[in-house]
Amino acid sequence: MKRVDHAEASSHFIKSKEHLEFHDRRLWDLRQKRDREAEAIPEWEELRALASAIKEHTLSHLGDYLEQFERNATANGMRVHWARDAAEHNQIVYDLLGKQGVEILVKSKSMLTDECDMRPFLENRGIEIVETDLGERIQQLDGEPPSHIVVPAVHKLRGDVAQVFSRTIGTDPKKSDVPYLAESQRQHTRPYYLKAGAGMTGANFAVAETGSFVVCTNEGNADLSANLPKLHIASIGIEKLIPRIADLGVFVRMLSRSALGSPITQITSHFRAPRPGTELHVVLVDNGRSERLGMEGFWPSLKCIRCGACMNTCPVYRRSGGLSYGATYSGPIGVIIDPAFNLRKYSALPFASTLNGSCTSVCPVKINIHDQIYRWRKVIAERGQLPMVKKEAMRMAGKVLSSPKLYRMAVKAAQAGLDYLPRSMIYNPLNAWGRQREVPKAPKASFREWYLKNR
Amino acid sequence: MTSRSEILARVRRNQPAAVALPEVPLFDAVVHDFKTNLERMGGEFVSSLDIRKQFPEAKVICSAVPEVAGNRALPEGPNADPRELEDVDVGVVRARFGVAETGSVFLSEAEFKVNALGFLPQHLVVLLDMKAIVPNLHHAYRHPAFREARYAVFMTGPSATADIEGILVRGAQGIRSLTVVAC
Repeated sequence: MKRVDHAEASSHFIKSKEHLEFHDRRLWDLRQKRDREAEAIPEWEELRALASAIKEHTLSHLGDYLEQFERNATANGMRVHWARDAAEHNQIVYDLLGKQGVEILVKSKSMLTDECDMRPFLENRGIEIVETDLGERIQQLDGEPPSHIVVPAVHKLRGDVAQVFSRTIGTDPKKSDVPYLAESQRQHTRPYYLKAGAGMTGANFAVAETGSFVVCTNEGNADLSANLPKLHIASIGIEKLIPRIADLGVFVRMLSRSALGSPITQITSHFRAPRPGTELHVVLVDNGRSERLGMEGFWPSLKCIRCGACMNTCPVYRRSGGLSYGATYSGPIGVIIDPAFNLRKYSALPFASTLNGSCTSVCPVKINIHDQIYRWRKVIAERGQLPMVKKEAMRMAGKVLSSPKLYRMAVKAAQAGLDYLPRSMIYNPLNAWGRQREVPKAPKASFREWYLKNR
Repeated sequence: MTSRSEILARVRRNQPAAVALPEVPLFDAVVHDFKTNLERMGGEFVSSLDIRKQFPEAKVICSAVPEVAGNRALPEGPNADPRELEDVDVGVVRARFGVAETGSVFLSEAEFKVNALGFLPQHLVVLLDMKAIVPNLHHAYRHPAFREARYAVFMTGPSATADIEGILVRGAQGIRSLTVVAC
C-alpha cells in the first residue's frame, strides 16, 4: 500500500490562497469560541478530569460494560450485532437492508461508516445512500471523503458548494449565497426521508446501565432518519461505551462546547428502545480497537469523543487541510489513530505536527496527543519506516548536535549560507522547510558569539 | 468462535489496569438563566401565545396537547404512519422539563405521541411549566425519564447548520423555529 505523503498532498490545498486563509481563520474561530465556553464554566478542568477518568475506567472494564450494554439493549427490544472488522460490519448492514428489501438508505453523520468504507460497498450492491448532514452531503456529491470529523466540508468555499450543487441537485450555478444553498439541500433531501426504507445513525455515546445510545446533531437529519423509516441501524465503535446515564452530564456538557463553541448541540437524542412496530439494530464494531486497547502508550487514544477540538487548534491541520492526511481521521487525533490501522501507509502522518501540545491542552478527555505523536515517531523510526531524506537528515542532525564543535561550524556555515547561497540550494525538493515559506534572515551573530563578547 | 466471543476475549486480554470510576457531582455553583440560553441557541421565549397570530401563514396545525386545538389529528393506533405529518406547518407539544444551563427542553415519545412531530413540521411550539426547569445537565440526567423513555431528546432551539463557511442557517432540515411558551 502506498505511503501517504502529507506534505505533497497538502501542496494542492495550499495552492489556493483564498481557501487556505479561510480554512485557517474558520477553524481558529471555532477554537476561540471553544475557549469562551470553557472559560465560562468554573468547573471545566474538573469536568475534563472526570471525563478522562470515566473513559479510562470504562476502557479498563470494557468487556463487562459491552456485555452489560448488550444485555440491557436486548431487553429493551433492540437487536445487537458484533462486527470484528469493516467487512463484517458492512455485510451485517447489507443483510439487514436486504431482509427488508430496502432500496434507499438515509443516513446521518458517522465517521465509523467512513472508516468501514460502507458507502461504496452498499452502492455496488444497488442501494442508494443519501448522506443527510449538509457537509457530509456536499462531500458525497463531490466524490470526496469528509475533511474534518465535525465540519466535513470546511475546506470548501460557498462557490465550490454552488458548483457541486448545480452539477448534482440542479441549483442555479450563479447563486452561491449560503441560505439558498442550505435551503436547496433541505428541499432536495426531505422527500428521501419519506421514501427511504431504512435510516442509519452513528452514536456519540452508548450507556451500559440503560442499554441506550446518544446521538448529538444540529440539523434534525439524524432524528428524521431514525423516526420515519421502519428500520433504524446504528453503527457504534466499541470505545463509545460509558457506564451510567449520569456520566452523560459530563460528556454532553463538553462535547459541543469543545467542537463548535455552543453549549449543546441543537438536538441531543437518546435511543433506548425501538418505536412500536419498527426495528432498531445496533452494530458494535471493533475494527482494530481491541488491538489498540493493548498497545502500551497508545490505548488512551480510545478515550476520544470525536469533538475535533485538536484539529481546530492545530497549526499544521489548519494550514494543510484534512484531505491531505489521506485517512478517515485527520489532524492530531488522526495522526495517532491512523498508524495503528496501517503503520506503513500512515508513517508520514506523525510528522505532520510541531509537537506544540495545543491539541493536548484542549482535549476534553485529556488524551496526551502530542506525547503519542512523539511516541509514534519513535516506533516508525525503529521499524525502519522513515523516508530516506528524513533518515539522512536525522542521522546528520544527530551527529552535528552531539558535537559542540561540529554544531558551531554548522551554525557559522548556515549564517553564511543563508546570505550567500543561491536560492536553488535552499528552496529545493530536499529541504521541506524551504517550501511555501521564506527561510528567515539569519542574525549577524550567533548567541554564543554575542555571549562571548558580552559576558 | 463467533465475532462476539472473539472481540470480548481480545478486549479482556488487552484491557489496561483497572481505573476507579469517579462520582459525578451536581455542580450547582453557577446559576443559569433558561430564557437567555434558549435565545442564544435561536429559540424564542414567550409568556403567552395566540398561535394564529404567531403563525398567520400556517395551514396545518397538529397539537399533542389539550391546551391548543389543531386542525390535524395525530396519526394514532398500531398502523399509524409518521409520514402523515409531512405537510404540518406547526406542531405543538408540552415539554417534561427544561434545562436552564442550555435552554433545552426535554421531550420523549410520551410528549410527542409521534416522535416525528418534533422534526417534520416547519415550526414547533413547546409548552413549558417554568417550575419544571432544572439548573443544569447534571440535574437533568438524574431524571427517571432516561430509564423509561424509548426515545428521549433535548431540543435546544430550531434545527441549524453552519456547514458552509461557518454561516449559521436556522432551519436546516428539521424545524425552522422553536417557540417556548411559559405555561
